[in-house]
Amino acid sequence: MTLPVLDVQDLKISFGAHEAVKGISFAIHARETLALVGESGSGKSATALSILRLIEREGGTIGGGRIVLTDGGRSHDLRNLSDAQLTALRGNAISMVFQEPMTSLNPVLKIGDQVGEVFIRHRKYDRRKAMKAAEEALDQVRIPDPARRLHQYPHELSGGLRQRVMIAMALACRPKLLICDEPTTALDVTTQAEILTLIRNLQAEIGMGVLFITHDMGVVAEIADRVVVLRNGEMMEEASVHDLFERPKAAYTKALMAATPKPGSGSSTRQAGTETVLEVEHLSTRFAGKSGLFSRNSSGVLAVNRVSLKVARGETLGLVGESGCGKSTLARSILHLIEPESGSVRLDGKVLNSSSKQALRETRKDMQMVFQDPYASLNPRLPVHELITEPARIHGLVSHKDQKELAADLVERVGLERDAINRFAHQFSGGQRQRLCIARALSVEPKLIIADEAVSALDVSIARQITDLMLELQRTEGLSFLFISHDIGVVERVSHRIAVMYKGEIVETGPTDRILKSPEHPYTRRLLSAVPSPVPKRRSAPPQLSTSLQVEVPSLAALA
Amino acid sequence: MLTYVLRTLLRMAITLFLIVTLVFFATRLSGNPVDFVLGEGITKEDRDLLIAYYGLDSSIGTQYLRYLSSVFSGEFGLSFLERRPVSEIVLERAWPSLKLLLSAVCFTLVVSIPLGILAAIYRTSIIGSVVMVVAFLGYAVPSFIIGILLVLIFAYTLNWLPVIGDGTALHFIMPTLAISGMLVAAITRFTRNAMLDVLSQDYMRTARAKGLPEWIVILKHGLRNASITLLSVVGLQIAALAASGSVVVEAIFAWPGIGDLLVRSAILRDYPVLQFGVLSVAVAVIVINAVVDIAYAFADPRIRLAKG
Repeated sequence: MTLPVLDVQDLKISFGAHEAVKGISFAIHARETLALVGESGSGKSATALSILRLIEREGGTIGGGRIVLTDGGRSHDLRNLSDAQLTALRGNAISMVFQEPMTSLNPVLKIGDQVGEVFIRHRKYDRRKAMKAAEEALDQVRIPDPARRLHQYPHELSGGLRQRVMIAMALACRPKLLICDEPTTALDVTTQAEILTLIRNLQAEIGMGVLFITHDMGVVAEIADRVVVLRNGEMMEEASVHDLFERPKAAYTKALMAATPKPGSGSSTRQAGTETVLEVEHLSTRFAGKSGLFSRNSSGVLAVNRVSLKVARGETLGLVGESGCGKSTLARSILHLIEPESGSVRLDGKVLNSSSKQALRETRKDMQMVFQDPYASLNPRLPVHELITEPARIHGLVSHKDQKELAADLVERVGLERDAINRFAHQFSGGQRQRLCIARALSVEPKLIIADEAVSALDVSIARQITDLMLELQRTEGLSFLFISHDIGVVERVSHRIAVMYKGEIVETGPTDRILKSPEHPYTRRLLSAVPSPVPKRRSAPPQLSTSLQVEVPSLAALA
Repeated sequence: MLTYVLRTLLRMAITLFLIVTLVFFATRLSGNPVDFVLGEGITKEDRDLLIAYYGLDSSIGTQYLRYLSSVFSGEFGLSFLERRPVSEIVLERAWPSLKLLLSAVCFTLVVSIPLGILAAIYRTSIIGSVVMVVAFLGYAVPSFIIGILLVLIFAYTLNWLPVIGDGTALHFIMPTLAISGMLVAAITRFTRNAMLDVLSQDYMRTARAKGLPEWIVILKHGLRNASITLLSVVGLQIAALAASGSVVVEAIFAWPGIGDLLVRSAILRDYPVLQFGVLSVAVAVIVINAVVDIAYAFADPRIRLAKG
């Protein structure tokens, strides 16, 4: 029996007085992928960083346990190594791919320098040889035209390509262990599918062990051999991926599974009304080209291209598409936060008209928006009762005297305690903040709520609670939603109908069931095939996108 | 990038025009210059003659237009005292000033950037605190105090360094230190802040995860990014502090530069020289700013490679 590449025993990590990881143990063998699953605060990233011994830089300390790496027959406990020994291992025997490809590459250094650096450091190559090796490394991660990429800067590459560069850097010295910390969370589903396939193929080629950190059960099912479930720094369960999905033992695992949206599990919406609330006709929005003193008269980009859609009373229309397809621009154009170039928006029969500020304000009252980031969209200096009644005050719907009363009613409607109104936003968790955002939207009794990626930043179980709240509000108050998300699983659960957006156009609209079961547009088919399904597949037959489909509708990232 | 450069140049031209105008009206504010040039007991006829000679009898609008046309044709008139073209006088003084400025800038950068980096890396330890306290004090002490203290210590008491003029390399030491005092303090603080921003970035973690030694992580990945923000600040600070600081410091050390010339011309009411001197310094500041703006854009590939 060969030794595992990495053997972690009873690892404890603390940040100051707070113990983030409370004694976890796991082992990873060569050619094996272990997924570390958990929600935010579970200690999964702290575990990853402690293996690289970079946790000290983030203010953490390893309080106990062993981290044994076996490389070429020799084993060392990483906790006992000197700084010099550690830097010799990092990027060499152990390497890591981080979550945010947009910020993880140095913006002022060329790709070639950043990849070549690893060869210069660990292989003692000279610059010319390092550049040659970097080109091969980029080629290995299937980056088209690698020679040209060497001379590009990170901002010239799409998110998916940047993540490939990160992987090329991590695999440059053929490590024994690759740690991936949520490597696809910031990417679109289609790009995610490509990156997961890439990691799996390279693992077969290089034979490294992979520690894969994620919160997404769908991704776990796609990539893992074995799974460790973490919660608040404790191990809930360790199992093979098949056992975990078929016979989850820990109650927490079961709850996590239940909260994970499963494509094809149907929507839990009720019958919607027939009366139209929102009617958008041929709406187009153009972003001006570079305008400047000496600029040529460029026509700009058509971010929203003749979009028409309808939302009925008590109905949720799900809007899906990759980042950059124009979803958010469409939402803002509907509210006239961005002035559309042409087309019309009717709310309850009234046309939104930005020529009159007064009239626009009147109509806008009936449409409220909930944004993605519940941390950034609440003013940290206002107490909750002022925060969530502000729209009502602006529209003169509530007197100063009744404001607290209204606030208390609102927080109750979104499932918070009435006494929450005297606290401030920072005293709430992410999920609770998103409830506050919804309460704020409800303060003016809108007919339609536009939720722009409203649950994308939340953990699955929290996201589930928020979408349940939306469904509940819809059932009791007949609210309509335009629900924008890149996550088809979530959209399916809440939507009566789905509209698919691609390059500024709605390519397909239809009832949720019909779109998911028999998509008509090739782009919809491509999008659906990329969604990781939380059902483990045989590793020998990774799902491949059909090449013809890829050629037919390139992902937006590939076009960038 | 080209658009960016052109826009910077246009902005520079507009600022220049405003300064030329401001200098004209500012000198007219202090009354008729003829009265300062001429002593007492001049006859009314002679005074009128002189006013007509300088063209001061025409309306302010005409004078302004005449002034503009002479500025743009490079005619700045003669010094009241030396009867030589002012441009000649000012240009003679430019080179010593420039030498002193360069010496101060080099000294500042060599000292303050390493200090700033140290203060950022050791921000929680005693090293960081000491550097910041010293930098704070340096910022609070004006250059003429530093200058006078230096003279007292190194010239009068120890008798190590010469005080007057720019004859030898030794002459550079005290004026350089006097001008650099505030600059070092300012740039150290900016370097520290810029580095602190950069140190917490994701790409620094990536660089460490690659196994790079800490000094490469700091200097190559960190300083490279920090220097972009630094560049704009350094340029502005140098232009502002060096211009104001050198006027005072040159006067203290009788440095034969533009600062010294300005002070003397102001005392002796040599308005053409003063006017042209102020204009030259203003132009120098604007040019430095424009150069920094363009260099800044060039240092950041995200701006350099932007379309347009």
